[in-house]
Amino acid sequence: MAECHPVGFQWVMEAKARGAKVIHVDPRFTRTSALADIHVPLRAGTDIAFLGGIINYVLTNDKYFREYVVAYTNAGTILIEDYRDTEDLDGVFSGLDVDQRSYDFHTWQYEGMEVQAASGHRDLEYQDKAGGGNGRSRRSVHHSGRGEAHGSGGVAITGVPQVDPTLQHPRCVFQVLKRHYARYTPEMVSDICGVSVDTFLQVCKLLAENSGRERTSSFVYSVGWTQHTVGVQYIRTAAVLQQLLGNIGRPGGGIMALRGHASIQGSTDIPTLYNLLPGYIPMPHAHSNEDLDSFIEAESPKKGYWAQMRAYTVSLLKSWWGPAATPDNDFCFDYLPRLTGNHSTYETVMAQLAGECKGYFLLGENPAVGSANAKMQRLGMANLEWLVVRDFSLIESATWWKDGPEIESGELRPEDIGTEVFFLPAAAHTEKDGSFTNTQRMLQWHHQAVEPCGDARSDLWFTFHLGRKIREKLAASTDEMDRPILDLTWDYPTKGSLAEPEAEAVLAEINGWDAEGSPLSSYEQLKEDGSTACGCWIYCGVYSNAINQAARRKPAAQQDWIAKEWGWAWPANRRILYNRASADPDGKPWSARKALVWWDEDKAKWTGHDIPDFTATKSPHYRPPPGATGAAALAGVDPFVMQADGKSWLFVPAGLTDGPLPAHYEPQESPVPNLLYRQQRNPVRQITAMVHPHDRFEPSGGEPGTEVFPYVCSTYRIAEHHTAGGMSRFSPYLAELAPEFFCEVSPELATERRLEHAGWATIITARAAIEARVMVTERMTPMTVAGKRLHHVGLPYHWGHSGLATGDPANELAHLSLDPNVHIQEVKVLACDIQPGRRPRGRARDALVEEYQRRAGITERTGTEV
Amino acid sequence: MAPVDITIGRRPSLDGALLGDTDPATQGGYPDHPPRMGFFTDTSVCIGCKACEVACKEWNAIPEDGLLFTGMSMDNSQGLGADTWRHVAFIEQRKPIAAQDPGVAHEGVDVTPLARQGSGTAAGQAAVTPTTPGDAGEFRWLMASDVCKHCTHAACLDVCPTGSLFRTEFGTVVVQEDICNGCGYCIPACPYGVIDQREGDGRAWKCTLCYDRLSVGQEPACAKSCPTNSIQFGPLDELRERADARLARLHEAGVIDARLYGRDPHDGVGGDGAFFLLLDEPEVYGLPPDPVVTTRDLPSMAKHVAAAAATLIGGALAAFAVGRWVS
Repeated sequence: MAECHPVGFQWVMEAKARGAKVIHVDPRFTRTSALADIHVPLRAGTDIAFLGGIINYVLTNDKYFREYVVAYTNAGTILIEDYRDTEDLDGVFSGLDVDQRSYDFHTWQYEGMEVQAASGHRDLEYQDKAGGGNGRSRRSVHHSGRGEAHGSGGVAITGVPQVDPTLQHPRCVFQVLKRHYARYTPEMVSDICGVSVDTFLQVCKLLAENSGRERTSSFVYSVGWTQHTVGVQYIRTAAVLQQLLGNIGRPGGGIMALRGHASIQGSTDIPTLYNLLPGYIPMPHAHSNEDLDSFIEAESPKKGYWAQMRAYTVSLLKSWWGPAATPDNDFCFDYLPRLTGNHSTYETVMAQLAGECKGYFLLGENPAVGSANAKMQRLGMANLEWLVVRDFSLIESATWWKDGPEIESGELRPEDIGTEVFFLPAAAHTEKDGSFTNTQRMLQWHHQAVEPCGDARSDLWFTFHLGRKIREKLAASTDEMDRPILDLTWDYPTKGSLAEPEAEAVLAEINGWDAEGSPLSSYEQLKEDGSTACGCWIYCGVYSNAINQAARRKPAAQQDWIAKEWGWAWPANRRILYNRASADPDGKPWSARKALVWWDEDKAKWTGHDIPDFTATKSPHYRPPPGATGAAALAGVDPFVMQADGKSWLFVPAGLTDGPLPAHYEPQESPVPNLLYRQQRNPVRQITAMVHPHDRFEPSGGEPGTEVFPYVCSTYRIAEHHTAGGMSRFSPYLAELAPEFFCEVSPELATERRLEHAGWATIITARAAIEARVMVTERMTPMTVAGKRLHHVGLPYHWGHSGLATGDPANELAHLSLDPNVHIQEVKVLACDIQPGRRPRGRARDALVEEYQRRAGITERTGTEV
Repeated sequence: MAPVDITIGRRPSLDGALLGDTDPATQGGYPDHPPRMGFFTDTSVCIGCKACEVACKEWNAIPEDGLLFTGMSMDNSQGLGADTWRHVAFIEQRKPIAAQDPGVAHEGVDVTPLARQGSGTAAGQAAVTPTTPGDAGEFRWLMASDVCKHCTHAACLDVCPTGSLFRTEFGTVVVQEDICNGCGYCIPACPYGVIDQREGDGRAWKCTLCYDRLSVGQEPACAKSCPTNSIQFGPLDELRERADARLARLHEAGVIDARLYGRDPHDGVGGDGAFFLLLDEPEVYGLPPDPVVTTRDLPSMAKHVAAAAATLIGGALAAFAVGRWVS
């Protein structure tokens, strides 16, 4: 965190100054480790085993927060008899379809109640709910996926779940959980993760001691957890643990996702993702004859706040198509594009290679360096008709056609490449107005300081004027196909000599307004009848009273500790989600020390430091009458108001493609066999669509050929540079701080492979060979895994061939085996070899990779087993 | 802080400025001046992000000075110089930090011969990142942002023949780039090796403690950009109090190696305007353990020189006289 988010790390330092214990779990010793109380170097790719071990510790030593767990989680809920765990099936869950490489989730259900996904893959149930289900739909949904749906959604279709509050029923979630993690013992953790039993138990004790009524602990993660073939399940494991410890919905608790750069949270809320609409409303699939009614029927729940999904969706459609959206035309629901499959970034590359995707916009993104298997990214771009790059500098993704590695090797010639490349200089954040949404869901406004130089323009300027020009060109069109463009509300005011659109006008549109045009103040005001418009329901209120709430900067000293008047956090300016859980079932704070919101009996309402995330007047003693819907269907003791059952889920009966509980799988490529199950890897990891001659996988575990790639390598960032380098390698002041690509190795590995400090090394995988300067440092430490010594090779991934600081991109080494839920690449752990000296040039470079493939016996089937 | 009129201070007389605990701004000819301002750099909370280095270069328009991979841990800027006015040192050390379990295991590596090469070893010659020796299994990574010390008794200022170096009303020491003639006297005069001549320019450059920002009530760029308050800016008296309290807290917490450096007004330079909290011996950070203002002995040297000269001349005359007499 100190390495990649140094500004945010000030708060960790502040907590530390107040006595907080800081534990840093990372294969390498970083700037964060330097300031932590404990550094735990664990083998890359084994976090589920590590966290699962802590879950087992918490369960077997009765360290869980029992009252919290019984009242607020689904621990007592009883599962149907058909459910089979990884313990029963040696590493897979019931419902695995080996041919389709997907799970049927129907055996993961609650007894007496059918459950729909709270988030994630809600569309899995579409055919069930809309009728006429078949296997094809499941497959298409599996491969298209539902992206990052942050804690939203959830539905009980029918019935009432059976609950055992004593947590004793053999099929209740609590008992299933206990059995599932029983073999994740300290010794097993040590063997898998390469962490000593003592260190592991020290972490367990610290975490348990600092959780409960009086204390809370929080987790902070970043892409070190997400970029795996089981990335989503990494986070899930932390979620299970935090629920057991009672650390959700309480001050000082939670799980913090540190995003890759500024406002990535914003770009999921108002998504740049292909499978979501603003506010986590799912993008409709190309189901036949789907209208707004059947979309809402299939996607929205009857209970919880998602029951209002129709109001959110209609208001969004009104925001986009204004007067053209009427009840008679389904509010232009048919104008929305439909998903026909997976259109994620790596699928798009495959579509480029197949000649299906012909045009590409890159706005502040440098895939020729920053995406997995960088070569395939470049080859994909070489097969386009046009490419638009908007960035600060001529990044590698704009110049690969004249000076990329394939030009250098002679594999491609500029005169043969048909792609027309447009480069448009972009304005920096200091040159435009706008907002950043951080990991706390808080919007903070930034004001323009200077005009952009030369031809540089903001993304807002580019998007608005592009749309304006397209609309001008289509103005005379009578083609139905053009109506969605022509009917758009596209009338933003502009200012200044550059005709920059008013960013605040966009914020006002996102916030929404009523029929009279007055700004709305809460998403609870949104209507199904088209009388309200709102660009993103969760952001409703950010422009209440026609005031830019995100621009508030009242100093900390002038307000209380929760600082509600600094920026604005969605939803409804709540700073901690699900904060009803900070009080006990009777509505009293669990402890005075950790009080956040509570029930005021005299005033008959919820009150406290934060804005209660609960119906303000709903008594803790309220129980829903039979047949209740929406928020009224949740009891006064159901804090997780976006869930249909109001509970947090230790066990996920629907919504995840790869299992209801996290299980440890080895990465796609690993020198180590899975010590817990016969199943080596995530059986439903997304792999088949990606098989390509430039994307071969290596043998794993004990397979013959594993020894050819004996080391684990991990890619990461350092403080000196930013992601793929577009913002840092071209700036002299940043370039000189870390001027060359380097790898980090331990003195022991340097000895084993004769690597010279500050000399050169070549790192090889089944995809590529790259060279790096060598940093031999004790910050890298050898580990003992499954009784054998294991070394890591650390690879910061910032460099490419352009700019002031240069080097080979580490992502040349990476493959395209993906997480099945969110289609993220596994760049945090690969298997590799390392040799002293520089890599071969030209064709000899490919020949070296081919030689490794031959030695390891690699074919197109290697590593593709379920 | 209210904006302050910029007036160039008179140069102090040597005798007055070279002794004891003095108020440098008053010495510099500002009878009515703002409090002495300085830096307290608390290295125990430095995270090595180098924001200070970058902010300093950006604000002061200092040129980039070399794209060199040094292999010295994460330090590629190597030290203070004409074009690096803030420098973050990274020290990999076999030593436990209080209450910290480093989780490293390098029992098989003998770090002592490697460490003997020291952190000054040229890249390529060191077999590993230069490591300070200690017990196997113990490890810590120290980070510290170094800067011009703005000495109470500043030799650079004493030796400057043009008046380019001057004492400001804030008690800081600043080079005026339009007056400096590049004679370079100040460079060997600095007991810390801070001030340096810029290549291809010849003039001397160093930290100004952002004199331009101070003059309009802004804190220096490095302190402004520091995310963890490792670099603290303020009136020196307050900073000293704060540092004393921080040191006491660290000692209580068992960090017995923690010490203040440049805090003592009675040290060889009369105390530093920019002082530090270190977690080890100054030498570990590349700082002189007992800096002395290099012009300290000038007055007495002048007397000795005069006496010696007189003796010499007397001797010569005598020899001449004797010679004449003998011949």
